[in-house]
Amino acid sequence: MSVRQRVMGLNGDEAVAWAVKQCDVDFVSAYPITPQTIIVEKFSEFVANGEVETEFVPVESEHSALSACIGAAALGARAFTATAANGLALMWEIVYIASSLRLPIVMAVVNRALSGPINIHCDHSDSMGCRDASWIQIYTENAQEAYDTVIQAFRIGEHPDVQLPVMVTLDGFLISHTLQNVKILPDEVVKDFVGVRKPVEVEIPGRGRIPLILDPENPLTFGPLDLYDYYFEHKVQQHEAIEKARPVIKQINEEYYKISGRKYGDGFVETYGLEDAETAIIVLGSTAGTVRYVAKELRRKGYKVGMLRLRTFRPFPYRELVEALRHVKAVGVMDRSGAYGAYGGPVYIETKAAFYDEDEKPKILNYIYGLGGRDTPPTMIRKVYEELLEVSRTGKIEKKMKFLGVR
Amino acid sequence: MSMFKINLRELAKKPNLLLPGHRLCAGCGAPIVVKQVLMATRGPTIVVNATGCLEVATTIYPYSAWNLPWIHVAFENAAAVASGIEAAFKALKRKGRMKYEHIDVIAFGGDGGTYDIGIQALSGAFERGHDFLYVLYDNEAYMNTGIQRSGGTPMGAATTTTPAGTVIPGKKEHKKPIAEIAVAHKIPYVATATPAHFIDLMRKARKGIEVNGPAFIHAFSPCPRGWRMPGELTIEISKIAVDTCYFPLWEYENGVWKLTDRSLAIAKNPKLKKPIEEFLKLQGRFRHLFKPENQKIIREIQEYVDLVWEDLKERCENI
Ligand SMILES: Cc1ncc(C[n+]2csc(CCOP(=O)(O)OP(=O)(O)O)c2C)c(N)n1
Ligand code: SF4
Ligand SMILES: [Mg+2]
Repeated sequence: MSVRQRVMGLNGDEAVAWAVKQCDVDFVSAYPITPQTIIVEKFSEFVANGEVETEFVPVESEHSALSACIGAAALGARAFTATAANGLALMWEIVYIASSLRLPIVMAVVNRALSGPINIHCDHSDSMGCRDASWIQIYTENAQEAYDTVIQAFRIGEHPDVQLPVMVTLDGFLISHTLQNVKILPDEVVKDFVGVRKPVEVEIPGRGRIPLILDPENPLTFGPLDLYDYYFEHKVQQHEAIEKARPVIKQINEEYYKISGRKYGDGFVETYGLEDAETAIIVLGSTAGTVRYVAKELRRKGYKVGMLRLRTFRPFPYRELVEALRHVKAVGVMDRSGAYGAYGGPVYIETKAAFYDEDEKPKILNYIYGLGGRDTPPTMIRKVYEELLEVSRTGKIEKKMKFLGVR
Repeated sequence: MSMFKINLRELAKKPNLLLPGHRLCAGCGAPIVVKQVLMATRGPTIVVNATGCLEVATTIYPYSAWNLPWIHVAFENAAAVASGIEAAFKALKRKGRMKYEHIDVIAFGGDGGTYDIGIQALSGAFERGHDFLYVLYDNEAYMNTGIQRSGGTPMGAATTTTPAGTVIPGKKEHKKPIAEIAVAHKIPYVATATPAHFIDLMRKARKGIEVNGPAFIHAFSPCPRGWRMPGELTIEISKIAVDTCYFPLWEYENGVWKLTDRSLAIAKNPKLKKPIEEFLKLQGRFRHLFKPENQKIIREIQEYVDLVWEDLKERCENI
């Protein structure tokens, strides 16, 4: 049974700050960058008004923000940070180190086009750039989902089988700065759901089981030099850990449904109209709202179109994707990041790879869209569906990759 | 006021916190500095280490020479990692999830990790006032990557990126005054130290640990490999560095500057001060300076050392 929830007018950034507040996070460190700044500002207000017991460290750079989170998390604290675009790029080195140290830090990435040229608006080039950093990546569609997913993220990352950092993304301005009615769970309900962070224990020969934290009574060495004789095994362990996150993401999505009445597909993909669809669009983030709107409209007119919103990008739900789209004739994959010199955008490449071994598979096209915040109106999506319907009729693809809305 | 009394007999009983078996070169100053600093700990302690010789040579999975909790994250962020540990400790304690009354945090960084790539994180941590001790072990170049120049490399020194060429004879610039940059942050405690003046070093380390807020120790750390000198000269060269006033011993505590140990003696009896050649001539990295055409560089170094020394004496209140 879900509980009574308070409806608040919040933008995506504020919704994230609320989630962090309710998750009783021990440590927050961040640096301002548009369009993430409101998260830090809102959280600073909670700190200044004594509404949280969190230690908040407003550092001198994003590099230090994530570094400080690593120090805090290694001590056993629950740690959070948030950034965007250039801030994430500046963190890059530490992004990989956080996951290799197996620290379940949660980071909100408010998607913004990566410089240059410098731009403050939404695309996914920032988070897509670190898709191979061994972080779990969940792309949200609106402020409500951003709130819900930050709460889930602590449970996912801290799960004993996983122990990996989690990136929760929300589209810059489109979600971060757009006011929405957001249902906020009671503090106690969130507190019970996330609990306090319990560091895992490790078996050390001759020393028994000891907590995997910086503990003077049980000294451990974190981050030693690790060369060709062990590095590879440790990387394989990261690979196994993110695989183990698959059932956990699904389970937490279900558990969260029980307390909130909200769930997002199976935690990985959310579909609309696919049962009888002949064509479908795969999309991430806020554009899913526009796609769903157009798909509904076209279906009313009798066109068999559907959509799949990819919510979790890492680990990539290749099985779920194939199951959902196997019967479709033409699929358009919308990528909101560049693909310079590549076969296609990152979502396109993953989708095509997922279908490679299948006998039954759709024609798959790639649409690069919305770079630097370029508007993606319903007319643009309608055109995509029209083209996909044409492909599904003729089986012919004129061009595999297209740029949408470019002059 | 520190209650720490250095009793060598008692200290000898203290467990070793940096254990034998590490792979730092014979004669390396770094492990001597680290052991002396760790002799001065007062209770539960966590060490943060920047990338560099010390980090690389004291750990290699699955081995570690560290007999206390230790973390290395990257080259330029030791102060930021220490900030996170120190701040998170406060949160966990406040929330009743910390079994220790207090944990001291000590960060070790080389000159590259401190003067250069790590100075932003260090300056930020100082400004925010985190309660930790940062120990710079200064071997005056990027040793781990093969002796490249850093902001801490002295004028005239040959490194692999400032070789003693026929046109440019070694590094052209003086060392950055890193300890004075720390003082400029108005943190409560800053000191210089060498492994040869170990009572002085341990006393300063303990002060740095005990003081509330950031503390910085600039420790001279000879590198036989990079300085092109025999390993057995490490302690000797540390003494000469102080005797020539190339590396004066001082401390800055709550706004007051003081000379300490041998440097105080030299200030009181200037006849003890040795010429800079005594320091330069023992090290291969300065060999080219003794060619006739380069003698002017030695003079320039001497003038700079004298200037810095006189300036320091002006500031110190105990002479
Ligand atoms: C961001 C980054 N840049 C460069 C390096 C390569 N690197 C590793 S250690 C090192 C030099 C370390 O010099 P220093 O801090 O003086 O320590 P030392 O090795 O001399 O003890 C360099 C350049 C690195 N690890 N990370
Ligand atoms: S190269 Fe120098 S600093 Fe590095 S371990 Fe050897 S002596 Fe020590
Ligand atoms: Mg060095």
